[in-house]
Amino acid sequence: MGVEGIGARVTRKEDKRFLTGKGRYVDDMVVPGMKFAAFVRSPHAHAKIKSIDLSAAKDMPGVIDVLEGKAMQEDGIGNLICGWMIHSKDGSPMNMGAWRPLAYDTVRYVGDAVAIVVADSQAEARDAAEAVVVDYEPLPHVTEALTALQDGQPQIHPEAKNNLIYDWEIGDQAATEAALATAAHITEIEITNNRLSPNPMEPRAALGIYDTAEDHYTCYTTSQNPHAARLVMSAFYNVAPENKLRVIAPDVGGGFGSKIYIYPEEITCLWASRKTGVPVKWNSDRTEAFLTDAHGRDHVSQVKMAFDANNRITALKVETTANFGAYMSLFSSAVPTYLYATLLSGQYNIPAIHAEVKAVYTNTVPVDAYRGAGRPEATYLLERTVETAARELGMSPAELRRINFIREFPHQTPVIMNYDTGDYEASLNAAMEAADWNGFEARRAEAASRGKKRGIGMSCYIEACGIAPSAAVGSLGAGVGLWESAEVRVNAVGTVEILTGSHSHGQGHETTFAQLVSERLGMPISNVNIVHGDTDKVQMGMGTYGSRSGAVGMSAIVKALDKVEAKAKKLAAHLLEADESDIVIEDGQVKVAGTDKALQWFELTLAAYTAHNLPEGMEPGLKEGAFYDPSNFTFPAGCYICEVEVDPETGVTDIVQFVAADDFGNIINPMIVEGQVHGGIAQGIGQAMLEGVHYDPDTGQLITASYMDYAMPRADVLPSFEVSHQNTPCPGNPLGLKGCGEAGAIGSPPAFMNAVTDAIGNNNLTMPATPQKVWEAVNRI
Amino acid sequence: MYETTYHRASSVDEAVSLLGKAEDGKFLAGGMTLIATMKQRLAAPSDLVDLRHIDAMKGISVNGRSVRIGAGTCHYDVASSAELRAVCPALCDLASHIGDPHVRHMGTIGGSVANNDPAADYPSAVLALNMTVITNKREIAADDFFKGLFETALEEDEIITAFSFEAPEKAAYAKFANPASRYAMAGVFVAKNGGDVRVAVTGAGSDGVFRHAGMEQALASHWSADAVAGIHVDAEDMLSDLHGTSEYRAHLVKVMAKRAVAAAG
Repeated sequence: MGVEGIGARVTRKEDKRFLTGKGRYVDDMVVPGMKFAAFVRSPHAHAKIKSIDLSAAKDMPGVIDVLEGKAMQEDGIGNLICGWMIHSKDGSPMNMGAWRPLAYDTVRYVGDAVAIVVADSQAEARDAAEAVVVDYEPLPHVTEALTALQDGQPQIHPEAKNNLIYDWEIGDQAATEAALATAAHITEIEITNNRLSPNPMEPRAALGIYDTAEDHYTCYTTSQNPHAARLVMSAFYNVAPENKLRVIAPDVGGGFGSKIYIYPEEITCLWASRKTGVPVKWNSDRTEAFLTDAHGRDHVSQVKMAFDANNRITALKVETTANFGAYMSLFSSAVPTYLYATLLSGQYNIPAIHAEVKAVYTNTVPVDAYRGAGRPEATYLLERTVETAARELGMSPAELRRINFIREFPHQTPVIMNYDTGDYEASLNAAMEAADWNGFEARRAEAASRGKKRGIGMSCYIEACGIAPSAAVGSLGAGVGLWESAEVRVNAVGTVEILTGSHSHGQGHETTFAQLVSERLGMPISNVNIVHGDTDKVQMGMGTYGSRSGAVGMSAIVKALDKVEAKAKKLAAHLLEADESDIVIEDGQVKVAGTDKALQWFELTLAAYTAHNLPEGMEPGLKEGAFYDPSNFTFPAGCYICEVEVDPETGVTDIVQFVAADDFGNIINPMIVEGQVHGGIAQGIGQAMLEGVHYDPDTGQLITASYMDYAMPRADVLPSFEVSHQNTPCPGNPLGLKGCGEAGAIGSPPAFMNAVTDAIGNNNLTMPATPQKVWEAVNRI
Repeated sequence: MYETTYHRASSVDEAVSLLGKAEDGKFLAGGMTLIATMKQRLAAPSDLVDLRHIDAMKGISVNGRSVRIGAGTCHYDVASSAELRAVCPALCDLASHIGDPHVRHMGTIGGSVANNDPAADYPSAVLALNMTVITNKREIAADDFFKGLFETALEEDEIITAFSFEAPEKAAYAKFANPASRYAMAGVFVAKNGGDVRVAVTGAGSDGVFRHAGMEQALASHWSADAVAGIHVDAEDMLSDLHGTSEYRAHLVKVMAKRAVAAAG
């Protein structure tokens, strides 16, 4: 590798602007004549809108206009949609209710938007929003999924009887029941996966600009996938045809999934810009973010795991109820089905699996993918169950896992996935060694002498990343293909621009993608610019989520680089009067191998553009594009070990050690990968010990609507993480990459919970394991 | 935030006069609660009269064991005062754990005590150290100052200008922080001066900061962590919320009291 090529710990190119406050976010965008929007939002969890009176608001100072949902409906703006069709086990399609960008007959959660005010300043817009008079007739509401399914509960959408969106299944029910019937041991457990608020540092924002002369729209938005935003806003919401709509996602300050989706606000700002004739900018404040950003997780599952007399897992039966909130968000239907139940085999050889998933409407904000999306839910369920089984069977949790590991690849699971490669024992051994697993009992005894309860827990996770072959996801109901595109533009003097459909919102693409070019073309990364996030610059792309930008996005760049390299070699062979097969590109030169004949890279690229002396039939220039569609998911896997000390007097848990051993396949930049793992673990520990969304079941109000009540992980509750990598290169893509963005958030919650329950000797504990809950669990013994 | 008019007073008299002229004015003494509340549109004062630039309200002076702290002194200055630490380190430690560095450089002791948030740290110190609350009108004994959640003896145009107290022989503050906000869920300040022991609890009581007579008596007869272990803390008097039930808070009050006594030595 070169000093800046693949495998180098290059510091991030983008960090200078981020760390010096020079990033350009949606809120930094200022265009002439720009005005400010505020949304009028429902204070009720469920209510009929009897009438809306805009007149007082329109008379407020600075107000340009106040618009409501009826007018939007009349202008033909469509419903928000869920883009993945799921069929219930009886074959019927999912029961999707209408989601209007601005509700005009019924509001279904606290925060549902009903009107938009456009005014000279943000303060004036907010003042006027308070002057909009909405006459609500409150309706009964329900916020818990299990309750919502019961007879006699409020009906949230007419399309979904008993609020059931779908009742889906996967796997072999008969084989699973048969294995349970003959099991030597069955571990039964209820698993709750707590509801989370995504909390990216930058709240959502949108700037809609309608150009009356060109009849053209521009939308600046906080999106992880601007092209999908344009596609959906054109094809389904009828905002404008694609050629009349440019979507720009500039610097975006974190997403964690919550910025994949198309929300009411960006559509409404575009429509409002056309209605008012002025550019309309909206910025979410933190309270709005808590109220309206798509939440994550919120599953309750009943689990049975069957073992034979040799403690081999023979079957897994899972019944999951998933809270979808008040509307079906863009990806929501896929998360507790194909991104969840297909991973229920974990790292284990399980002959029979059957899972049923009920998706349920409630009067809460929509729930969708959040860092890991389905895979953390599957991993938490499996790894808490396996740990519980080990305790019941009186076996070392490591040994129980070890004897059940999949060891031969490719491995077909009973739940669709075909694992291509892996070495689960290598990560297990690395983690146990790094954690000094065998020395734990001495540490436990020492802690006990100080009055502390010490515990250790592990988790062996697998995930499916790089989502995924388009034909495969299409057959499972996806509304889009999940390939990626890239274009490599070599400039006349040899510098390079990479146009990618991936979108960086914290991942460091500007560095890692440039490292790939540096590796291939032998140039410093400073000569490479990464262009992303603008539908006018990059033709098409599927964006960044599901740890797909390395495995899928960079593979597209490789394909385009292959074409550039082939043309460059052909031209070099012509200019150097050599055979193409003898040409090598390295150290900024194009050389004839084994000779001193060489061209500087810039001489070659200039020759391509001057076109004075090209081979017969060669077009001038040096620019190539490619689309890459993966052949399979990738399967990152690893083992995490967490060690804690609990203060039994207060219930406070101190994480004394956290070890991560991950197999991400090959790695472009170890420093960035470690950063992703650190952030993921912090987020996973956040879920396990601190975070949790709470709606008041009596009022339907969001209790955790600010940082006064929603506990985020802080540096002082986290230990220094010890991270290592094992490597079984992914055979499915040219760089052998698996993806690393979500692993930390997937693997860490069960490791933490297994450690805490080990420490206190009580397995009856749900996330987040707050001091109060741990204290109660200690005292329930 | 609703529109408001900001005034910067340079003397206590000017501040009182500015407030008198305002339609619905509020004193601003750091604003670490008030500004956040205004940003949420939960408060809408017509005028803000900023007290943070009144020099006479700033600074710490120690004379023997007599301490005087200007009400406009920010938490950081209390936490880092070597003079104060020499006679009453417990108060420095308390101040060093309020909020974050930004809050500690903006928030003031007077602002915190005048607001009397039931989860604020300082009110427990005022009670346990038996401070005299000095205002522009009078001197108020600590035991007469706090009147329940966010309520004090202060009149509308009354400004705390300083606090004074005699540094105790022994004192310490132990705080159990809310996992989300890091405000006190149970904060206990203990102080011992000869046979006089005061135990003040913040963050836990449903009526705000309070003294615990049972613990005070137990500690007066025997100053040790064990002495408070058997004392009953009534859960019925405690706050209850998402982060802690009243039973848990009652338990934490006892644990924090034990730890405070142990820390005080």
